[in-house]
Amino acid sequence: MSLLEVDGIEVRYGAIKALKGVSFEVNEGEIVALLGANGAGKTTTQKTVSGMLRPSLGEIRYDGKRIDGTPAHELISLGICHVPEGRHVFPRMTVNENLEMGAFRFKRPDDKLQAHVLDLFPRLRERIKQQAGTLSGGEQQMLAIGRALMGKPRLLLLDEPSMGLAPLIVKQIFDIVREINNDGVTVLLVEQNASQALALANRGYVLETGEIVLTGTGRELLADDRVRAAYLGEEIAS
Amino acid sequence: MTDFLNYLILGLTRGSMYALIALGYTLVYGVLQLINFAHSEVFMSGAFGSYIIIHAVVGDGKSLPWFGVPLVFILGLGSGALTGAVIAWSLERVAYRPLRRRGAPKLAFLISAIGMSFFLSQLAGKLFNRFTNNQFPTYFQQNRRVLSIAGADVSVIQLTLIVTAVLMMLFLDRLVSGTKLGRSIRGVAEDAPTAALMGINIDKTISRTFIIGGALGGAAGFLFGTAFTFSNIMGFLPGVKAFAAAVLGGIGNIRGAMIGGLLLGVVENLVPTAPWNGHAWIGIGWTDVVAFVVLVLVLVVRPSGILGERLGRAA
Ligand SMILES: Nc1ncnc2c1ncn2[C@@H]1O[C@H](COP(=O)(O)OP(=O)(O)OP(=O)(O)O)[C@@H](O)[C@H]1O
Ligand SMILES: [Mg+2]
Repeated sequence: MSLLEVDGIEVRYGAIKALKGVSFEVNEGEIVALLGANGAGKTTTQKTVSGMLRPSLGEIRYDGKRIDGTPAHELISLGICHVPEGRHVFPRMTVNENLEMGAFRFKRPDDKLQAHVLDLFPRLRERIKQQAGTLSGGEQQMLAIGRALMGKPRLLLLDEPSMGLAPLIVKQIFDIVREINNDGVTVLLVEQNASQALALANRGYVLETGEIVLTGTGRELLADDRVRAAYLGEEIAS
Repeated sequence: MTDFLNYLILGLTRGSMYALIALGYTLVYGVLQLINFAHSEVFMSGAFGSYIIIHAVVGDGKSLPWFGVPLVFILGLGSGALTGAVIAWSLERVAYRPLRRRGAPKLAFLISAIGMSFFLSQLAGKLFNRFTNNQFPTYFQQNRRVLSIAGADVSVIQLTLIVTAVLMMLFLDRLVSGTKLGRSIRGVAEDAPTAALMGINIDKTISRTFIIGGALGGAAGFLFGTAFTFSNIMGFLPGVKAFAAAVLGGIGNIRGAMIGGLLLGVVENLVPTAPWNGHAWIGIGWTDVVAFVVLVLVLVVRPSGILGERLGRAA
């Protein structure tokens, strides 16, 4: 059975329909990539899954139970952790306090887990007392991911973790996503960086103006002409 | 010198009241970016609430044994805080939450706040205008001197006010920086949608913020009422001053509100009475003017207040 089933959801911002009946599923243990141009509705999809937005139509099931309409602060207790677009670390809290915020749903943060997170991101360990707002973009991204891990995710939603980062850091982050997945965490990954995302993902979906237009395994999508034309422009030109 | 110290002590007494009230403005501003103009009436309600309880317990207070005094004082502080907390909590439920649900513009909140302020103040007048003397029972010798520094006297009530206020502020500081509740308040203040992703219930956190701010304001109402007199319009001037103090310290900043309150109290008492030899240059009648001139001057130099963020928050 799928861990997450999204079934025909429609999401509106006032009169604007951002999602027009989106359906997909994510199986336990998978990495699933969600691709699409700017404004296609990727962020909207993730926000709806994590409870920040409510669909006006359709259903979302997690572990077999309906979760659409459940507010975000309740969903995290089911193990749905969302690393939002643009990182959104708490700028005036220290790195350590940000990590503690990630573990807010527990009585107290898990020290072993925190040590593990800091092993994944040694840079955060060096800056543990620094205010998060003064970290570099890449460090903030690491903190945002580390903070989500502190919530012990079963399903991790990552929204453009590579945005604005140097290629070397992007590679690091993707390696860490794979490591997290190997630890048994299911990942729904939104990316612009299609080739790297598809290389990492088991399966992918392509969104276009609020609708899923294509789906397949990572390999299939990488080979698909439409994907190559739209997201890997330079390769088709050769 | 003696005069200077006298006014300094008076300033600290007043200032600690402003600081307690200012915390309510700044806490609510932190989580809602809203100036809760009805907070001055939360303060007033604390005085009435504690008066009713104390009056019921001690009557005119003349026959209170010595060991009863601290008990009555704590009872007053507690009932003032409780009244303030209840009023502030209800205020949020009635006047702000429905607007928040509908995504109302900022101006609507402001009007709702001012409306509630008038309503509460008039309601208290209507209900309690039979309290003619507007004074707490004299259950202890408030004006007895406890210590004297270089000829300046500190009275029981002044010392009690300052010590109680400082203790409450230290408590709040610990609460906000060292507990989960405090962390949830800071999280909502910094980035509410992300705080929700961490499992923080935004509505509950906002309610709790109002409760904490209301309790401090209500306790201040009791302290103020005990030291001076109380009435249904007593909130106005201390409310405006405390609001000024919150802005002075940097609205949204908790330590800023404490510093701003104390500073405003001290400055408004020291400046008009200078050079403290009985022949003041400005005159005590200008106290309120001085307070606001100082506010304007500080804001010209530091538009976001003493401890405020530079304009435009990080991230
Ligand atoms: N708060 C909002 N109010 C109104 N419209 C919105 C809002 N948020 C998003 N939209 C619109 O919904 C559509 C989908 O936006 P979304 O953020 O989901 O896109 P995206 O696929 O994540 O794009 P990007 O790659 O640029 O992040 C866009 O047309 C956008 O303008
Ligand atoms: Mg997006």
